[in-house]
Amino acid sequence: MSAPVLAVEHVYKYFGDYPALRDVSFSLRGGECLALLGRNGAGKTTLLKILAGLSGAAQGHVKLFGDSPRHAAARRRIGLLGHGIGVYDELTAIENLTIFAQLYGVSKAVAREWLERTQLAHVADSPVREFSRGMRQRLAVARAFLHDPSLLILDEPFTALDDRAIALLQTLLAEAKAAGRTIIMSTHQLREAMELASHVALIERGKLVHFGPRTPEMLMDPGYVYRTFGAV
Amino acid sequence: MIFLQVALKDLRSELRTKESLNASLSFAVVILLLFSFAFDPSGEAVAEFSGGLLWLVFAFAGALILNRSFARELPNDCLEVLLASPVSGAQLFLGKSIASFVLLLGIELLCLPIFGIFYNLTWTPRFLPLLGIFVLGTWGLTILGTLFSALTVNLSLRELMLPMLLYPMLIPALMAAMRLTTILLSGNDIGGDDLVWLRLLVGFDVVFTTLALALVETILVR
Repeated sequence: MSAPVLAVEHVYKYFGDYPALRDVSFSLRGGECLALLGRNGAGKTTLLKILAGLSGAAQGHVKLFGDSPRHAAARRRIGLLGHGIGVYDELTAIENLTIFAQLYGVSKAVAREWLERTQLAHVADSPVREFSRGMRQRLAVARAFLHDPSLLILDEPFTALDDRAIALLQTLLAEAKAAGRTIIMSTHQLREAMELASHVALIERGKLVHFGPRTPEMLMDPGYVYRTFGAV
Repeated sequence: MIFLQVALKDLRSELRTKESLNASLSFAVVILLLFSFAFDPSGEAVAEFSGGLLWLVFAFAGALILNRSFARELPNDCLEVLLASPVSGAQLFLGKSIASFVLLLGIELLCLPIFGIFYNLTWTPRFLPLLGIFVLGTWGLTILGTLFSALTVNLSLRELMLPMLLYPMLIPALMAAMRLTTILLSGNDIGGDDLVWLRLLVGFDVVFTTLALALVETILVR
């Protein structure tokens, strides 16, 4: 069996005295896709920030590809799509993608390819502030996938996306999973998540109350996870 | 050289929006103009306070640029994306410091002839040593200011907090830069006992650059 891409061991996180995460442990291997479920304020975003190296755990360990998430080699292999689109409004689409291409050591030609793929090539030289919401979201998707990441960390990726962006993201995620990439996404869109997920986790008040493979019941009835494993 | 890409990105963003550039330059020019009314610009005492006046203006104008340094990354959560990329905190910090340094030095060099006209001071004969002091003083200001910009970026009162933290820490560098600038604008050369101010300025830059590069990762990832 291959080594885990992502290993979380007994992670705790506190905001003041409030325990945002309590003894969270799980691991994922290449090609696995985890749907991280939980109500607002359960600790999903806090956990994803720790996995992306944006925040430190108070206790416990996180390993990405055997390294700390703050190790440059680990971060080079992460694709992050968070709540914000992570692009600069005052720069053009191609300038935005070129900057991130340079940061990840990817050629400018790849940035142009992603503009084609996200159907933004015709506005490559327009500032992002002139883009519609859907165009901005597609640019954010291009930015996250630009460097062919081995681990995709997605925080509510389908929220506020238009139909075109949802279709694009679903296609890209299915391709990434088929190519052996690991995906972890927090979401409230249960149906989309269950179709893609190989594993499901439920987090409540900072505690991981369920982690396991996605079962046929979960696919047929997305509310099953909350009813079966969650507190009433 | 990832830090240079970060610096170029910041410079491109600022030159396109001119948010802090316009505010900083107009503030500096207005203060220089107002002080020229408060003092007699023809008096010989002008040279005596020239260094102090110039560096106070640079320090206040610099805060407007430094406040934007990390705050520029807040819209659309760009800071998170940068921190999740392979760029280390030190590279990100160095790139942002270089961008702020270039912007502030540009403003200082625009202010110098304006200062010369308003206060009847000849600065051209000692321009090169003056430029050297500007470079050293501005680097000290930007390195410490960028560090505090990173520290205060998520605070709602960051525009207030940055100067409150920055100016007391900056006193040694400001004193040295003020003294050395006054010497040069008075028509003298730096030498003898005055070299201690130059050593202080260089030492300040070296110590705080090293400290900032070592601490910034801890400040950014909490």
